[in-house]
Amino acid sequence: MFASDLDIGQLAVIEKVAESKLQNKLIEMGCFEGNTITKIFNSPLGDPSAFDINGYVLGLRKEEASLIHVILKK
Amino acid sequence: MSQKEKHILLIGNPNCGKSTIFNNLTGLNQKITNLPGTTIEKKVGVFKIEDQTYRITDLPGAYSIYPNGEDEILAIDYLKNSILNHQVDLILYIADAANLQRNLLFFSQIADLKLPIILVLNMIDLATYKGIEIDIDKLSESLGVLVIALNSKKNTAKKELINKIHKEHQVFQSDFFKKDTISFQQHWNNNIEAIKENKEGVYKKIALETNERYLKIQNILTPIQSKNTQNAKFITHKLDKFLLHPIYGILSLFAVLFLIFQFIFKVAQIPADWIDYGFSNLIRFVSETLPIGKLNDLICDGVLAGVGGIVIFLPQIVLLFVFLTILEETGYMTRVSFMSDNLMKKFGLNGKSVIPLIGGMACAIPSIMAARNIENSKDRIITILVTPLMSCSARIPVYTLLAGLLVEKNDGIIDYRGLLMLVMYVLGFVASLLFGLLFKLILKQKEKSFFILEMPDYKLPQIKNVLRVIYSKSMDFVINAGKIILIVSILLWFLANHAPKNNFANIEKKYENYLGQDKNSLISSEKLESSYIGIMGRSIEPAIKPLGYDWKIGIALITSFAAREIFTGTLATIYRVQESDDDGNKKMLTILKEQKRADNGLPLYSVATIVSLLLFYAFAMQCFSTLAVTYRETKALKWPLIQFFYMTGFAYLASLIAYQLLS
Repeated sequence: MFASDLDIGQLAVIEKVAESKLQNKLIEMGCFEGNTITKIFNSPLGDPSAFDINGYVLGLRKEEASLIHVILKK
Repeated sequence: MSQKEKHILLIGNPNCGKSTIFNNLTGLNQKITNLPGTTIEKKVGVFKIEDQTYRITDLPGAYSIYPNGEDEILAIDYLKNSILNHQVDLILYIADAANLQRNLLFFSQIADLKLPIILVLNMIDLATYKGIEIDIDKLSESLGVLVIALNSKKNTAKKELINKIHKEHQVFQSDFFKKDTISFQQHWNNNIEAIKENKEGVYKKIALETNERYLKIQNILTPIQSKNTQNAKFITHKLDKFLLHPIYGILSLFAVLFLIFQFIFKVAQIPADWIDYGFSNLIRFVSETLPIGKLNDLICDGVLAGVGGIVIFLPQIVLLFVFLTILEETGYMTRVSFMSDNLMKKFGLNGKSVIPLIGGMACAIPSIMAARNIENSKDRIITILVTPLMSCSARIPVYTLLAGLLVEKNDGIIDYRGLLMLVMYVLGFVASLLFGLLFKLILKQKEKSFFILEMPDYKLPQIKNVLRVIYSKSMDFVINAGKIILIVSILLWFLANHAPKNNFANIEKKYENYLGQDKNSLISSEKLESSYIGIMGRSIEPAIKPLGYDWKIGIALITSFAAREIFTGTLATIYRVQESDDDGNKKMLTILKEQKRADNGLPLYSVATIVSLLLFYAFAMQCFSTLAVTYRETKALKWPLIQFFYMTGFAYLASLIAYQLLS
């Protein structure tokens, strides 16, 4: 699944970022393999969403969040 | 014995509190300059420890030494040149202690360059708040470089930092990432070149490197950092729950905007009136002191009137910047972008375009400068192009006069003139969105639009930083915009006060024996008609006739190019309104209403003409200073030209249609 599929409050582990021009940028912003990610807010208009990435908050549009492969943490 | 000056570079992620440290170290001893050919700002400051002078350069915050797409290449090139070409004696790397993991990525890249470096963990107290404990000594030990923790509130921090800076420093000895064959500097260079050439697979290659770095950072951090979130205070999260709420969030956004508006329009009026009063007294004083003649006219009517005309906007502009700084410093700005991005992206804009657009209601000049925050070049250009469509404060006097002509003052519950003003504001906003959409479809997509935005914790704004912004932005405005406005107003003065051949002498001769009280105003209005600018007004008459204007309005249109609000003053001169009159505005309305068309004797200021004028002033690009700023910010002549022609062309069309339909 992708970070864009997360519900608010769901905790997941990042698996990888899809190959794209933004691949390195997203990894630099903390989306590296094994890091934790939680969706914490949707914008009032639905998109973008705010994610907690191991302690800091990153706003991403759906297009960017759907580049991030994640596995739900049980 | 004085020693050679030493160079320090201040580097770190955005939001790490770098500028506060810079300000603390340098005090007022600093200079902000734009890198030639770019909008990248660098700050240089000087301070002394004992005999040693230190020159410290604050580079713009960055997340990485690798640019993301072409838009960031200039900034990274600059970073590269600063690090490699200037003989750097020390790098001060500032990291947000509460977000160490991500802040250490950029550190790991810089450390691999093997320059003397100190790692500063900033805002360590805020990390403690969030339940994060860091073993500073162990971190220093495992990195092999000096690590200092700074408290965001304590004032001893500066002393502590200065003492450490003055000692010897270590170079990072091991490697976060190593190429066996080439130096890391060479590797960095190669990767940047590959990004510039858009080489296949370059981002994937760098992504692998970034991953490797994070694994090493994890290994270092795991034993020395502990997180105990049980007693942590998540103030930011609680605030966000409210401020990003679908209902309360939007309501609070409007409340904030409303407040800013009130301040910019109501509160700024008070100092603006003082300035107005001061300048009119100054002009009176100078004109009475200097001998009567050309020099007197030039200084009073040209220079002082022109300068006064811009300085009067200074309170609004400064207030706008104060609010922008406070929004930025508190972290709320990122939330505004976050909330509005979805709407803005549909119109070729970006969540980060909101601030320039809002600012455009005060003045387009600083707002276009504020568009620097938008990383994506296409989004940024579109934002710059449409920002002047927002109704700026210079249009207010024009709208007020025309609204007074259109609707009578009434004592009913709704003031229709106020309603008309609101309509004009909405019109400007809608037009900027629609043109955004148009440009989105026309302009070639160089880079895909994206929105990746760190939303930092809320902080209280630092008064020192706000004061600094007030100072630097007002100086910037007065000096840069002022130069242009000064030149234009002198030019306008010249054109309005000179005429070909002996025209002026003939007019004076004509009234030589005239004894009426209005002799002087008759002379000055006839002089204006026969001056160069009067001739220009007449020559554009064929073009503006279909819009319902005559040559007199034409003169006002031309003079408006220095600043829109000159419109009312020009009309006052043309129609010989005595400005000393207390009831000037009322008298002006009466006089305007009496004006008849030259060809058919019908009233000149009919509903059709007024609506046509309102639309023209709403859409036309009549601000030379804005064009100059657009040029400065885009570094290409084509953008101010496009801005001028699309806005003025559309204004012409809208006014033409309105006049032809209504008349």
